[in-house]
Amino acid sequence: MREHIAIVRYNAGNIFSVDYALKRLGIQAEITGDHNRLRNADKVIFPGVGEAGTTMAYLREHGLDQVIGSLTQPVLGICVGLQLMCRHSEESDVDCMGIFDEQVLRFQNPAGERFKIPHMGWNTLHGASGPLFSGIAKDAYVYFVHSYYATTGAHTCATTTYIRPFSAALCRDNFHALQFHPEKSGTVGARILQNFLDIKP
Amino acid sequence: MLAKRIIPCLDIKDGTTVKGVNFVNFRQAGDPVELGAEYSRQGADELVFLDITASHEGRKTFVELVKRVAENIDIPFTVGGGIYELRDVDTLLAAGADKVSVNSAILRNPALIDEIARNFGSQVLVAAIDAHLEQGKWVCYLNGGRIPTDRELFSWAKEAENRGAGEILFTSMTHDGVKEGFPNDALATLADNLNIPVIASGGAGKMEHFKDVFTLGKADAGLAASIFHFKEVLIPELKVYLASEGIPVRIS
Repeated sequence: MREHIAIVRYNAGNIFSVDYALKRLGIQAEITGDHNRLRNADKVIFPGVGEAGTTMAYLREHGLDQVIGSLTQPVLGICVGLQLMCRHSEESDVDCMGIFDEQVLRFQNPAGERFKIPHMGWNTLHGASGPLFSGIAKDAYVYFVHSYYATTGAHTCATTTYIRPFSAALCRDNFHALQFHPEKSGTVGARILQNFLDIKP
Repeated sequence: MLAKRIIPCLDIKDGTTVKGVNFVNFRQAGDPVELGAEYSRQGADELVFLDITASHEGRKTFVELVKRVAENIDIPFTVGGGIYELRDVDTLLAAGADKVSVNSAILRNPALIDEIARNFGSQVLVAAIDAHLEQGKWVCYLNGGRIPTDRELFSWAKEAENRGAGEILFTSMTHDGVKEGFPNDALATLADNLNIPVIASGGAGKMEHFKDVFTLGKADAGLAASIFHFKEVLIPELKVYLASEGIPVRIS
């Protein structure tokens, strides 16, 4: 039987590129903000590019924060999706869903350093573990675009270093999240998405 | 470690790739989607599709092409050409482009940079600058290098950054097509003056030029067209060479 994959519809950009990536893997996903459709999906993807304050406000207003937080099937957050699943974001100083006990902070240049912000481009994954990274080579490159990062902690399942090490991926029970864009990360990204689709509920 | 990026640029007219792109195994040699996918397989880090179509019909074809690229290609891509106002940006991003490259329109109306950044975020906007070295001064040009302006490269790039551009794509008209290397002094000055990434374009003729642009020129990315299209430089070999020179590159 075909699995029902739902992509959370909310006020964030770049949802369609994830949908296209799933289509390349032969998956017809449903983009929906409907609570029941999300609760009843076999897997839920929570992607997005956007600003934490306005996206979190939208999710609260539409009750989607409660729905996402209570899901028991595999969930995959991407980019700002990962950040909104953390405890708090420095961007707009907003409380987030708290699925992961991490803070989201803005990249700061250490004194005398001039790293470019946002962190944009291909960077390497370190210590990647868990089902999402099955078959992924050590130090594989993935594509990032972000100015805020999640700190590392107990739920970190891959790190990347830019200015400092941060959580490139977070995992807790059925919840998975990626700071990078698997849909734009070539064959490595496609494999990571396929690994998520292959997780047995 | 953040990798230096290699970016092939494809000129598009009426939905097909312009100028003799010489890939042997293609059923449809002129199909930009197939060519882009091939570059992605070879290890290109991003792609740029530049629309050089003038007609209205051609524009619609380009938007359709952007959608096909988004559906089929799994690395980031930038589109440029024919962007005059915010609505054009909206159309191209909605079709699936990751970034837009804007040149003449922001020179004519610098406030467009602020508008694009405010509406879509800085990360979508590549401020493209065509400049020509004239008596020691880098003069910015409009309309594909046809009309000089009173703008100067370094101050204009800084203004673009301050207004919200996410990256600077600097094409040296002086070096473009000459194949004797990038303008590394000017690029290094740009890199030192800016806090956003710089993409170098114009002048690549051989692999060593890319090493120079990433070391001497301090560029974040190197863009080229014909040397990739005509296989004078092969991306897989280029990446291996750059890695052997100690430059961080993504080898897939």
